[in-house]
Amino acid sequence: MNPILVFEQLLNGAGYGLMLFLIAAGLTLVFGIMDVMNLSHGSLFMVGAYVAATVHVQSGSFAVAVLVAVAATVAVAALLEVTLMRRLYGRDHLAQVLATFGVILVADDAVKMVWGPSPVMAPTPAWLSGPVELFAGLPYPSYRLVVLGAGVLVAGLLYLLVNHSRLGMLVRAGASDRWMAELMGVRVQRVFCGIFVLGASLAALAGALMGPLMAVQVGMGESILIPALVVIVIGGIGSVRGAFVAALLVGLVDTIGRAFLPLLLRATLPPAVAADLGPLCAEVAMYALMAAVLSFRPAGLFSAKA
Amino acid sequence: MAQLSGISLRTQLGAAALFTLAACASLPVLAQQAPIKVGIALDISGPFAALGAEVRDGFALGIKQLGGKLGGQPVQFVQTDMAGSPDQAKQLVDRFVQREKIDLFTGPIASNVALAVAPTLFAAKVPYLSNNAGPSQLAGAQCNPYFFGTAYQNDQYHEAAGQFAADRGFKRMVLIAPNYPAGKDGINGFKRKFKGTVVDEMYTKLGQIDYATELAQLRAAKPEAVYFFLPGAMGINFIKQFVGAGLSKDITLVTSGFSADEDVISAVGEPMLGLFNTSHWAHDLDNPANKAFVAAFRKEYGGRYPSIYAAQAFDVITAMDSAVKAVGGKVADRDALIKALAKAQFPSVRGNFRYANNHYPVQNFYLRTIGKDAEGRVTNKTIKTVLENYGDAFSAQCGMK
Repeated sequence: MNPILVFEQLLNGAGYGLMLFLIAAGLTLVFGIMDVMNLSHGSLFMVGAYVAATVHVQSGSFAVAVLVAVAATVAVAALLEVTLMRRLYGRDHLAQVLATFGVILVADDAVKMVWGPSPVMAPTPAWLSGPVELFAGLPYPSYRLVVLGAGVLVAGLLYLLVNHSRLGMLVRAGASDRWMAELMGVRVQRVFCGIFVLGASLAALAGALMGPLMAVQVGMGESILIPALVVIVIGGIGSVRGAFVAALLVGLVDTIGRAFLPLLLRATLPPAVAADLGPLCAEVAMYALMAAVLSFRPAGLFSAKA
Repeated sequence: MAQLSGISLRTQLGAAALFTLAACASLPVLAQQAPIKVGIALDISGPFAALGAEVRDGFALGIKQLGGKLGGQPVQFVQTDMAGSPDQAKQLVDRFVQREKIDLFTGPIASNVALAVAPTLFAAKVPYLSNNAGPSQLAGAQCNPYFFGTAYQNDQYHEAAGQFAADRGFKRMVLIAPNYPAGKDGINGFKRKFKGTVVDEMYTKLGQIDYATELAQLRAAKPEAVYFFLPGAMGINFIKQFVGAGLSKDITLVTSGFSADEDVISAVGEPMLGLFNTSHWAHDLDNPANKAFVAAFRKEYGGRYPSIYAAQAFDVITAMDSAVKAVGGKVADRDALIKALAKAQFPSVRGNFRYANNHYPVQNFYLRTIGKDAEGRVTNKTIKTVLENYGDAFSAQCGMK
């Protein structure tokens, strides 16, 4: 098989994986460390994408659009934390799932009211709309390279923050024994609010960066939430490192499934059957990966609790 | 006694007066029937939202021009968003039929949604005029007198594109379509007319908007041209990413009119200049109905050109109007209504067309290219007729006469 094609597909898979990581990282921090199941994380992703698309069209600057999108989403998240999430910390997961599912419904309708039901066009910045010659025979879309770079950068920063900073230490302390940490003078409430907002800003960044690659539309948060949940389950709940590895795995499996499974099936089955089965198998590949991982490591690859 | 009889007299007078009043009031009610009900399924959210908005505008203009009536009769248009989802559409159409008791139906954009709602409508004997979807399933052996593929039969569109690709002499092509009924109809239709080699057929997920995987495969396959059938946002993203990946230098894009229509052009813009596409309608088609429609549409919606979807929706309203007029508003006589609909004696914006025995159109297909108009606006221009009075490949299998 053509090595350039394989390399390009791996790059595509890594790009998708890094985007999933940005969403899954916030989700796993909030779920793993604060023990709050926040389904409305996808809605924050959607808000980020909408704000970025709008600001980009209005201002003409992609950088400004990303910054405003992150700032606006953080404001929304802070409001959400103060009015709702704070009341859910001590409750069981069912209450959290129900309450944050309610937030999804409200968020979708609110976005529909502000931006209308039709998808919004998120333009690609003009200077990133062409290809870059990575090496002879492989021009690659420059925007995808920027997205890849942003994903790697955020992963590095997040690793430093959680494992090698004072805030990270407080976070880990608050999560493992909140009562003791509070006795030692940690303002756990404030730390939790900070974590929630950090997760939201990652979701907003993912939304802003993914906007030009996908349709910015109502419900986009729900469709990305499912792969993101798969990622944190595979990676081990609460582990940022696990989320990173799992996101890359899911990204690669998804892309390889879509790229090579249909070819494989077509070589062995009649074309009409292969055309039906190929895309179907590719869609199932991610869940097959999850089942395979969980049957060997039921707590995920890098469980934080282990 | 006198008092009593007085009351009695007054009561009698009152009763008589009331009776007269009631009789007067009920006279026009008796003369008039209950308003005709038309169920309209919109797709203003979901994967076909952008096309849904065009469809909505086309319906709205048609309804407005007729003063909210069909054939001069008062009409209630029941409009609901089905969000492009077959399950949701099925539930809403059940409600249309059972609670609203609709007399006519039109709406869903996608073929899978059309196939999901059709059985309910056929069982309730509600004529269904499709303003877009034209699935092959309802064109052949399973054709139904209550279904009218007023817009086109799915394969027709792609047969016209295949004819163009054959005329141009392309040798090696890759075909891309979503994995749903219309996608398969599309690729089969194209292959029926295309003479060269099909290097690869790719089926993507319906609603997919990231084409990195497919574009990498295209680069490796090195075809001369690509035929893609990706309606709505799917096509917009495909063209943008195709150009972004630098593939437009070596590979020619061929598409059906859907992915090169005014809604797509307004989203993608200049990169589409010079692209060829085939369609059964164009805003510059020279017939009086079309000229009036395009002028009215541009006046109503801030100067923008209508798309195929808006034109088809407008045609459906006009078709309903002419049929209701032909039966004198008696839509309860479904046999007469269907006969009137099948005659298709309405001024279509496409010019002349008629239904074949399977209630799918026999019509012209045109080659268009994207250029700039006198105002400097990027838009479609009609070049020539690719297929003339063209029917579909399934009508012979349909048992209807």
